Amino acid sequence: MTSQKLMVHVTINGEGTDFLCEPRQSLLEVVRDVLGLTGSKEGCGDGNCGACTMVLDGRIVDSCLVLAPEVDGSTITTVEGIATPEGLHPVQQAFLEEAALQCGICTPGLLVASKALLEKEPNPSEARIRHWLAGNLCRCTGYDKIIRAVLKAADMMGAQKA
Amino acid sequence: MHAFEYVVPKTLQEVINLKAEKGDEARLIAGGTDIIVQMRVGRRRPELVVQTKEVSELNELSYDPQKGLTLGASVQCYRVYQDDAIAKAYPGLIDAASMIGSIQIQGRASVGGNLCNAAPSGDCIPPLIALRAVASVAGPNGTREIPVEEFCTGPGQNALEPGEILVSIHIPPPQKLAGAHYLRFIPRNEMDIAVAGVGTSVVLDESGERFVSARISLASVAPTPLLVQGVEESAAGQLANEETFERLAELSKLAARPISDMRGTIDQRRHLCGVLTKRTLRGAIERAREA
Repeated sequence: MTSQKLMVHVTINGEGTDFLCEPRQSLLEVVRDVLGLTGSKEGCGDGNCGACTMVLDGRIVDSCLVLAPEVDGSTITTVEGIATPEGLHPVQQAFLEEAALQCGICTPGLLVASKALLEKEPNPSEARIRHWLAGNLCRCTGYDKIIRAVLKAADMMGAQKA
Repeated sequence: MHAFEYVVPKTLQEVINLKAEKGDEARLIAGGTDIIVQMRVGRRRPELVVQTKEVSELNELSYDPQKGLTLGASVQCYRVYQDDAIAKAYPGLIDAASMIGSIQIQGRASVGGNLCNAAPSGDCIPPLIALRAVASVAGPNGTREIPVEEFCTGPGQNALEPGEILVSIHIPPPQKLAGAHYLRFIPRNEMDIAVAGVGTSVVLDESGERFVSARISLASVAPTPLLVQGVEESAAGQLANEETFERLAELSKLAARPISDMRGTIDQRRHLCGVLTKRTLRGAIERAREA
């Protein structure tokens, strides 16, 4: 059985776009395979690892656990939407400077989730960062460098504002 | 994932009609954090997925100090815990809603979905039971109400009849000097399934020293979350002290019917019921005195 394809309109990384999808396709699948934005990764496919984290209408979600037709009319940011023409976002810069990655599979999700935290809470404690990022698993670097990078990004973003 | 049709009805009646017509072949989706996983592994293969985000009754979140809390079945966890008035009135529910999964999951997953999924370990269920929550259900034969402690009937099984859906959950208004607390034991700090969970609510008398009433509910230690019997009678009028806590903890341990599995053993789970009962009593009492 195949189901009828549905037309979905979204604003992704600031640009409006339409795509056709089957109801059974996930947001992650469509963003990667139809829209060609392959920054977001599939780790577990069941909402444990956070590698596919995107911002959906202002909240971070696991895009593997969103059906593509559900996002009709929504605004989405993926890791590709974090940097600007002027350069990397402070979160990205801090991850580089602190070497907060090895294989990099978890990094897109961690960047999206970390940026979302810092926009909501500019000066989170280490405990708060660890709690917020509990849904983003990394299996190589270990978390200390990641936490240090987020703390550094918070400082950088604070200095930008000052 | 198997192919299915997808609809986004606008009214409760449309949802009820679809369920009446298709029965179990139509599955409702709120946050999707259980159903999408179940479909992906082939455990559920509905013909039709019904997205509920546009049905107002299913998305109502309203709190009135006189009437209590109405929590539409599709309301996400984050909406519950980001509301200051609700967070102040029902901290025991907030403990659970802010503990389920990750921040990503809490942005999508609903309290009502957690109840309908009827996992023995469902974190939101013990606080709902402790807080005397009642489920409002609608179906082809009209509406009815089910106390939450009777809603789950087995692992993944609930009391909904074919064609029925959960519309909302209602929690009575908090009384004076009332408090609640939910705790679970997991080997990690976050992102895990409870080895045991305990939700407790208490009401204290004017002095703040004696119980007017108490309710204790357990998760992960039986085929369904359950209400510990005998707590009400045993607590009423008693001093809120360690001696009473010890007696209530024994009732929890007796009520638990745990199994041994990869997460824990029967003995560990029963022990945890006692420990968590005492901790949640202390927590609930502290909150009651501050309330």
